[in-house]
Amino acid sequence: MEQTSSGFKQEDTQPKDWAQQLHHATRATREDWFGRGISYLCIGVIILVVASMLWFITSKGIATFTHNHVNVGQFLTGTNWAPDQGKTGALPMIIGSFAVTFAAAIVATPFAVGTAIFMTEIAPKRGRKVLQPVIELLVGIPSVVYGFIGLAVVVPFMRHLVGGSGFGIISATFVLFVMVLPTITTMTVDSLRAVPRFYKEASLALGATRWQTVSRVILRAATPGILTAIIFGMARAFGEALAVQMVIGNAAIMPKNLISPASTLTSQLTTGIGDTIDGTLPNNALWSLALILLLMSLFFNALVRIIAKRGQLSHER
Amino acid sequence: MNKGTKLAMGFATITLLLAGCGKATSSTSSSKSSSAELSGKVTAVGSTALQPLAAKAGANFTSKHSKVNLTVQGGGSGTGLSQVQSGAVSLGDSDIFAEEKKGIDASKLTDHKVAVVGMGPVVNKDSGVKNLKMSQLKQIFTGKITNWKMVGGKDQKIVIINRAQGSGTRATFENAVLKGATAVKSQEQDSNGAVQKIVATTPGAVSYLAFSYYTNKLQAVSVDNVAPTDNNVENNKWKIWSYEHMYTKGTPNATTAAFLKYMTSKDVQNSLVKDMGYISIHDMQVTKDAKGVVTSK
Repeated sequence: MEQTSSGFKQEDTQPKDWAQQLHHATRATREDWFGRGISYLCIGVIILVVASMLWFITSKGIATFTHNHVNVGQFLTGTNWAPDQGKTGALPMIIGSFAVTFAAAIVATPFAVGTAIFMTEIAPKRGRKVLQPVIELLVGIPSVVYGFIGLAVVVPFMRHLVGGSGFGIISATFVLFVMVLPTITTMTVDSLRAVPRFYKEASLALGATRWQTVSRVILRAATPGILTAIIFGMARAFGEALAVQMVIGNAAIMPKNLISPASTLTSQLTTGIGDTIDGTLPNNALWSLALILLLMSLFFNALVRIIAKRGQLSHER
Repeated sequence: MNKGTKLAMGFATITLLLAGCGKATSSTSSSKSSSAELSGKVTAVGSTALQPLAAKAGANFTSKHSKVNLTVQGGGSGTGLSQVQSGAVSLGDSDIFAEEKKGIDASKLTDHKVAVVGMGPVVNKDSGVKNLKMSQLKQIFTGKITNWKMVGGKDQKIVIINRAQGSGTRATFENAVLKGATAVKSQEQDSNGAVQKIVATTPGAVSYLAFSYYTNKLQAVSVDNVAPTDNNVENNKWKIWSYEHMYTKGTPNATTAAFLKYMTSKDVQNSLVKDMGYISIHDMQVTKDAKGVVTSK
C-alpha cells in the first residue's frame, strides 16, 4: 500500500530522502485511513441504530406477554380488540393486513408484468420515454395523497358499485394496488432486462414467435426476479399505514366480507398510539402489533434472499 | 484538507456573526420587557384539540417575552399526560382529567383548566334527523338502533364513525351519553378532520365533533331539544362538554406559571379562546370534577 502511494508521490514532490519516505505514512495513505475511518463510522452508526430499534421494539412488544401476562396464543388468535378493557385479540388486524396485502399483490401483478413486458420487449423506446417517467412519478406521490384520493374517489365509487359504506378491504386493495404497482413494475423490468440476450436470440432462431419467446423463455428465466418484485410490493403494502387507514374504516372486527370496515396492524397503530400511556396494557399491546409488523418484514426480507439464491443457481445450470 | 480548514473557518465566522446578532437583538428586547425578565424553555405536548389554541397563545406570549422559547406539539392526550408525568415536558395538554386515564398518577400532577370545549353528535345531511333523545343517541352508539327510520329519519342504515379508543373526545362523549355502556364496534378515525370529512360524504353516517369543527356540510343534532350552543354549555343544559387541561408536574417554574396565568387571563379567554371556537372558563356557570359531578358556581 505504502509503496504504491509513495510511487505516486514521487512525481509531484521533489525527491527527498527515500528511506524516510518509506517509513512514514504518505498523504495518500492518510487519506486512505481517513476515508476508511469515515465509512466504518457510518456503518457503525447504522448498525447501532438498527440494532437498538430491533431491541427497543422487541423489548416493548414482549412486555404485553411478560409484564401484563397476556397469553401469546390468545393475543394471536383472539378476535376481541379493546385494550382499554383488557381485551387484546389481534387476529382481526392480522387478517386485515394479510388480506389487503395479498389482494393488492394479486391484482397488481398481472398489470405490472404486462407493463414490464411492454416496456422491455414490445416497445422499449416508448417504454423508456413515456412509461418510465410515469411510473417513477407514481413512486414519488406521498401516501397521504393516495389516501386522500382514496377517500374522495375510491370510497364513494365502491359505495355505488358494491354497496355498504364504501370503507373496507376492497377500497384498501384498490388504493394499495396503485401504490405497489410501480414497485413491482420497475423491479420486473430490471429482471426482464437482466435475461441474457442469447436466450432470446436462440429462441427466435429456432422459429419461436415473439409471444412464445416472451412467455416461455424470457418470463421463465426472469421468474425469480419477478417473485422478488412481488414480495417487495407485498412488503410495501403490508407496511403502508396512512393511505390504508383513510379508506379501510378502522374497525377492529373480523372482516366478514370485502366491503365492511376492517382494520390493519398499521391502521390500529397510527390511530391508537397517541392516546395511550407508556407502560400500560393498551400501549404495550400496540407495541406488540409493531413487533408483528417487524417480524413480518424480516420474513419478507428472508424470503427475497432465499428466492434470489435459488434464482442464481438455476441461471448457472 | 485545505477545503476542510476553509469550511471550518467559514462556519466559525458564521457562528460568531450569529452570536453577535443574537446578543444585539436580545439586548434591545430586554430593554423593552421592563420588569420581570422571563426566560427558558417551555414545551407543551398532547391533545390535538387544544393544540391550535395553545400554539396561537404561545406565539402571542413569546412575542411579548422574547427570551422564552415555547414549543407546542400534538401527539394526543395520552402522550401529553405520560410525557408530563415522566418529566419530559413542562406542560401536558389533555382533553380529559388525569384521574380518568389508567397508568397516570393524578396526585403527582397539577391541573390547570384553560378552556372548555362543547361537543355534540353530527349526522350526514341525508339522514333527515335533526333532534334525538339522549336515550336514542345511546341506543344508536350501542348498536340497538340501526336505521334512521327508527328515530324518525329516512329509511337508511346508520353508519357509526367513532374516534379511536382512548381519544379524549370519545371519552367525553361516552361519559355523557353511554354512561358506562360499551359502544358497538365500528369504524374508528383518529382525528376530528377525518370525522368531519367522512360524515359529510357518507350517507347515513353519525359521529361526534367539537363545536369548532361543525360546518354547514354536516347536520348538527340537538339532544332532547337542546341546541348545541356555547350558551347551553355554559349553563350545563348541554351535557356533552369537557375542559381542556394543561397539566404540570409539581409546582411549575416561573416561566411556565406565567404562561398558564396568561392562558387563563380574561384577555386571552375573551378574545383568542372565543375566536378559535372554544368556550371561556370564566363564562362557565358550573364546574365539573373528575368523576363527572357537576355543581353550579
